[in-house]
Amino acid sequence: MNLSQNYFDLFGLDVGFSIDRAALDTAFRELQKEYHPDRFAHKSDAEQRKAVQNSTHLNTAYDALKSPLLRAQYLLSLQGVPTGEESRKQLPIDFLMQQMELREALAGAPEAADPFVTLESLESQTVELEKESFDVFQAAYLGGDLELAEESVRKLQFLKKLLSEIEAMEDRLDEEF
Amino acid sequence: MALLQIAEPGMSLDPHQRKLAVGIDLGTTNSLVASVRNGVAETLSDEAGQHLLPSVVHYSESGTTVGAEALLKVSEDPFNTIQSIKRLMGRSSSEVLTLGDQLPYQFSDGQGGMPYLKTALGDLSPVQISADILKALSARAAESLGGELEGAVITVPAYFDDAQRQATKDAATLAGIKVLRLLNEPTAAAVAYGLDQQDKGVVAVYDLGGGTFDISILRLTKGVFEVLATGGDSALGGDDFDHALAEWLLEQATDLERTPAVMRSLMVQARSAKESLTDADSVVVTLSNDQQILVTRQHFDQLTASLVSKTLRACKRTLKDAGIKPDEINDVVMVGGSTRVPAVVAGVEAFFNRQPHTDIDPDRVVAVGAALQADILAGNKPDADLLLLDVLPLSLGLETMGGLVEKVIHRNTPIPVARAQEFTTYQDGQTAMLVHVLQGERELVDDCRSLAQFTLRGIPPMAAGAAKIRVTFQVDADGLLNVSAKELSTGIESAVQVKPSYGLSDSEITQMLTDSYQFAADDKERRALREQQVEADRLIVSLEAAIAEDGELLLSDQERQDLLSEVEVLRSLRDGASSKAIETGVEHLAHVSDFFAARRMDQSIQKALQGQRVDQLD
Repeated sequence: MNLSQNYFDLFGLDVGFSIDRAALDTAFRELQKEYHPDRFAHKSDAEQRKAVQNSTHLNTAYDALKSPLLRAQYLLSLQGVPTGEESRKQLPIDFLMQQMELREALAGAPEAADPFVTLESLESQTVELEKESFDVFQAAYLGGDLELAEESVRKLQFLKKLLSEIEAMEDRLDEEF
Repeated sequence: MALLQIAEPGMSLDPHQRKLAVGIDLGTTNSLVASVRNGVAETLSDEAGQHLLPSVVHYSESGTTVGAEALLKVSEDPFNTIQSIKRLMGRSSSEVLTLGDQLPYQFSDGQGGMPYLKTALGDLSPVQISADILKALSARAAESLGGELEGAVITVPAYFDDAQRQATKDAATLAGIKVLRLLNEPTAAAVAYGLDQQDKGVVAVYDLGGGTFDISILRLTKGVFEVLATGGDSALGGDDFDHALAEWLLEQATDLERTPAVMRSLMVQARSAKESLTDADSVVVTLSNDQQILVTRQHFDQLTASLVSKTLRACKRTLKDAGIKPDEINDVVMVGGSTRVPAVVAGVEAFFNRQPHTDIDPDRVVAVGAALQADILAGNKPDADLLLLDVLPLSLGLETMGGLVEKVIHRNTPIPVARAQEFTTYQDGQTAMLVHVLQGERELVDDCRSLAQFTLRGIPPMAAGAAKIRVTFQVDADGLLNVSAKELSTGIESAVQVKPSYGLSDSEITQMLTDSYQFAADDKERRALREQQVEADRLIVSLEAAIAEDGELLLSDQERQDLLSEVEVLRSLRDGASSKAIETGVEHLAHVSDFFAARRMDQSIQKALQGQRVDQLD
């Protein structure tokens, strides 16, 4: 297996944000059938180690393409645009204000008249914002505006974190009621 | 005249080439061993025709007994008769104390916080006790199958964390069994039902064993199993049903004191009453004081209703994790003897709105699936299409400032997987860093399971925040973790040693292996062989690591290939049976790799002269 190949080539997909999810799943499973350590359980230690390495690589690649956010980040990294910890650029102030308001609403949810309704409305607002950012990303990426694409990825990271906090709050309240 | 056997082309090897591989279900209450014979997976029985081996070990000065014979000693010699040892696998002493009421054993603190049980044969760890059960199963298999075992697939609850999986593998090593794969019990059960033959579907496996409850959501597509989510409770099982009934019986008893022996015998009576209530509507229990108590099924269901609903709440959570609604489940598989309780089947059927699979004996189904997988992994079925893809059951993370856990790999990530995370120093001139590895879903270190702690030394003194330390987690296909750490800014890599917080260190295992060989005094050659194998392994591992690290820089392609093929020569000698041959091989490889060691030495001296302080070089 060629470990330096880009993940899209590895799974025989066109490089881009829109992917054929079924084709990705099928290619992933076929490759795992070939390279998974279980295929080498009765072979030498060296072959087993190689299999762990290959199978790990497949899982990493599959993970990077499966989730839209990680896929967007991977596309930018292929263009040499970092999106991880290194990126510390300021997001637009109106976006940050909006995030603050959403977070305040989340913190106040347990005291709301109906906490679950409040959480549901927060969740649908966030999901809507997520969808908008993905649309912005896709248009910017296709149009070659990598700066705007990178900004929408950073927004998406904020929104993802917010969504998981909304879910955590939901679980917590579930336990209490 | 013997009947001729006709094998399907490509599906079956010549009997002499066929490798003997077994599936082992190492259970809390009972254990089983199964194997594929003539194309059929079946559990193996002992001489008395019993398939289930009670997971009970009795220690006395006259020796060790395992199974039904040991079970007879439960009331008479409780401290030396160890049951449900699986509950203690990979657990620390402090966790064991919280189970104290239910486990009437005497503990002594071992090294690294691992609990040791006081027995007539000295202090024994849960790993050693489990190894005794595994040895009994391995001996049964060798006898039934007529030969030495090539290896085994051993099943573990899907919910087992790294320490518990490692403890299970250590027990197998101690019992002299080569582990082909640790397999999740529910996955094995789905394989046993042949659900892998279907084109696609979503399967829920409800496994209520003696001491653990697991619910797993599997998706299968054209022969590939994926575990979408696992959940459950590693301390809930049939024992708790027995315990609930035993407590009630004690309340009803007029003149019984709560002593370990009384509780043990009440547990046995509760278990047998529970079993009778599978078919009967009521049963009369006669206590040791001759008092008779009527237990109806309805009353038993009431006593245990909270346990059943606890399992169903876990089902709900796990479905949510998997992103699956109950009506999207195509099959529900029942596993574990406790699923014979009618109220359990009724509860599951109502929850999933679907009749669960109960055709295969729920006690044997896991072992049968493991045997099918072992047959494939041993290479007996080259054309088999089955492949199991597994996920990490619990998140892995590192301790950061303020006792918080930073997750590095989230649960339900497909394995094998490798992830790296970068950290930095928080003090000027800091030269060492404590790396604390944790497993669990909670935010605070105190709420997670501590797996390992080690210190990364030799960080060059720099301003706070300037050093970059990359910690890499590698989880293999068995779900077992390796951690390494490296300082990046200068390229200096310090050796790190992972010390298990509890569980056995490698040296403890080596010591135990050595001990067990000493008991076999007539087996000197075996011990010499083992020592030479260890010697060979050490050389192979260190040479391969050196080639991986410096091979490109210090060796020509030809030299590298030559060295690697010499390594392979020793590797094949190592797997042979002659200690002399291995010894000669080790000497030879050390000799032909001398020049490489010399070049590495030169290189590190040069590095040291390039401004590194010598005392920082390990």
